[in-house]
Amino acid sequence: MTNKSWEPKIVCFACRWCSYAGADMAGTSRIQYPPNARVIRVNCSGRVDPNFILRALKLNADGVLIAGCHFGDCHYVSGNYQTSRRVALLKEYLKEIGIEPERLRLEWISAAEGQKFAETMKAFVNEIKLLGPNPLANGGPE
Amino acid sequence: MSTEQPKIGVFICHCGSNIAGVIDIPTLVEYAATLPNVVVAEDYRYMCSDPGQDLIRERAREKDLNRVVVAACSPTLHEPTFRRVLGSIGLNPFFFDMSNIREHCSWVHTHEEEAALEKAKDLVKMAVARAAELEPLQEKEVDVKANVLVVGAGISGIQAALDIADAGFKVYLVEKEPSIGGHMAQLDKTFPTLDCSSCILTPKMSLIGQHPNIELLTYSEVREVEGYVGNFKVKVERKPRYVIEEKCTACDDCVEVCPVNVPDEFNAGLGWRKAIYIPFAQAVPNAHVIDTEHCLGMTPIACGKCKDACEAEAINYEMKPEILELDIGAIIVATGFKLFNALRQLEYGYGKYPDVMTNLEMERMLSAAGPTEGKILRPSTMKKPKHIAYIQCVGSRNERYNSYCSRVCCMAALKQARQIREKYPDIKVTIFYIDMRAFGKGYEEFYETTAREYGVNFVRGRISEIRGSFESDRIVVRGEDTFLAQPVETEVDIVVLSCGIEAAKDQGELARIFGIQLSADGFFLEAHPKLRPVETNTDGIFIAGAAQGPKDIPDSVAQAKGAAASALSMVAAGRVKVQPYTAVVNEDLCAGCGICEASCPYGAVKVVDNIAQVTEAQCKGCGTCAAACPNEAIAPQHFTMDQIIAQLDALFKEAE
Repeated sequence: MTNKSWEPKIVCFACRWCSYAGADMAGTSRIQYPPNARVIRVNCSGRVDPNFILRALKLNADGVLIAGCHFGDCHYVSGNYQTSRRVALLKEYLKEIGIEPERLRLEWISAAEGQKFAETMKAFVNEIKLLGPNPLANGGPE
Repeated sequence: MSTEQPKIGVFICHCGSNIAGVIDIPTLVEYAATLPNVVVAEDYRYMCSDPGQDLIRERAREKDLNRVVVAACSPTLHEPTFRRVLGSIGLNPFFFDMSNIREHCSWVHTHEEEAALEKAKDLVKMAVARAAELEPLQEKEVDVKANVLVVGAGISGIQAALDIADAGFKVYLVEKEPSIGGHMAQLDKTFPTLDCSSCILTPKMSLIGQHPNIELLTYSEVREVEGYVGNFKVKVERKPRYVIEEKCTACDDCVEVCPVNVPDEFNAGLGWRKAIYIPFAQAVPNAHVIDTEHCLGMTPIACGKCKDACEAEAINYEMKPEILELDIGAIIVATGFKLFNALRQLEYGYGKYPDVMTNLEMERMLSAAGPTEGKILRPSTMKKPKHIAYIQCVGSRNERYNSYCSRVCCMAALKQARQIREKYPDIKVTIFYIDMRAFGKGYEEFYETTAREYGVNFVRGRISEIRGSFESDRIVVRGEDTFLAQPVETEVDIVVLSCGIEAAKDQGELARIFGIQLSADGFFLEAHPKLRPVETNTDGIFIAGAAQGPKDIPDSVAQAKGAAASALSMVAAGRVKVQPYTAVVNEDLCAGCGICEASCPYGAVKVVDNIAQVTEAQCKGCGTCAAACPNEAIAPQHFTMDQIIAQLDALFKEAE
């Protein structure tokens, strides 16, 4: 796989109340950002099962972004706190199995933060580009 | 999963040129037709229009479709529309998925047509994969309590409460201050008709006090909102007034003996009030309140003069905060705004020069019931001024504070300037502005008349500095006249800062309590900026007035009436549909470990006899339990493991 034509493929889980609406806001404000990510809408970032993340990475996703409401703003009271704990643990686990934990990113993006959604996308795509393709894509780190 | 073979129709919307201008639609249609289970793929200029909806209906009948995918705008906008289309032809509305190729694609990758097409293909592919896994669900109907909670009793809350009460429904009107009336009660006259503010507001206030359908809770705040549309459980704290409303005769005997003087908030600090006081003469309820922050002390009693003076025995130092629990059908949040704090814009010398005042202070000065009984006086000398300067856009249209326009300050300044010139033709008034914005009905005419017939001066340019004069006791304002491209410097006696409108101090806390969102400017976020301006993203909670964004009185009243109508249509129907996204337990897989129980923010899951059980009425479908369950034994409907995995697999598997 050559890095020249390589574009990272990213999946983003966005909660419908804040971050999905924030992505919509980026759209209505016509804020441009790199087209590398595909958004999956969930009710709450707390719905994001660690299995989804591991599966995405196993299927050679170059990055996984989870976006939810800011602390205190969660539509479901405390779902995002649980997400935060899960992601922290999962990052440790990714390190253990030889996947850069930076490939998993958690951001709080409110419904008003279209700009932040776009900025996050730009920053994440750049970071993943520096990391290169998912190590599993070439048979995995041994 | 349902056993029949999925037959999916994909319908791709051009949205005029919004999508078609970026994404190659024919290629996308061709691609969609090749996806698994897709039996028909078509495009149309506006899929949400009647002909677009008919197209879906026709194809669904012809091709015997059992799933529909529409690739168009955000599901937030039109998911309900297309679900209704499915419902209208006897398909389960939940056999529908939407792929967002506008907000998430064509609008944000406008100059990357190829990449946008690839992304659109992926988004459609993911939606098709998910559609195959969808299950039929039934929307539940729940009863709606036949009452409305209105929070905030400024003009918006008052209007909303009256409309609902007049329609025959019970209203709880909660106001955190000791009296209703809000900011409008502080105004002397209102533009553009120069109606006396009290004359149009106070009749409404007294109606509120007397209306049989309105329960007024002043000096009270909403502390907690639980439950869901139609069935909110609300905790309201009644702060202790230390005066029994029903007994107080408003005779003012207590005020006369109170030894404590406090700057009077109602008069923008220009006058004094006592620690026991009635906020203003027309207050509703017309009862005193003790300000514990300034009272010399009640426990133990340090002074007690008011109690001794009160013949009606209305004063009770033992009053405690009280929590009321209300069952509420719909909620209107009309909590208003706060004025920009002029101290923040240092270069204007507010707080440093006594003759620099805010627009609200001038308003109180203009009021016949105000601290100067309507006379315009320089605070420093208590003499009549010769020249008054208005500085517009203080705290507004300024990147350092708020970049938005506060919408009311231009007209407020024009109105005050006109009032001053009417009363004192010998006082010169100059308005320094960036743009004069007189956009409402009759506003432009008011602006014209004020300039022409009342001889108010206008200078276009932002004032950059205010300082004391070296020669006199006056104030020097300096800036640029951008029409003449020349510096201007002039001596004036009073500077009025046209302070803008900001979100209330506790707006964030309110948003958390009601579970609604804020927009980037700090005000409450409406569900759609044009088409759903009074709804929030939380069903059953509506917003009105300046809490949603800067607004003048006509707009606040209009929005309040809109919010009242929306809340009414909900409580009058008596039933409302709720989304059936509640969690379901697969009993074969459940090990009864109780992790879901611990993770549920609502206490909706309980392990009974080693099996998790979900209380449907309490479950809101967040899915936190599903992510926590080690056995994948619990999942919210419509966001199941299979459905999400299908999207992931569709996205990544084929790429190999």
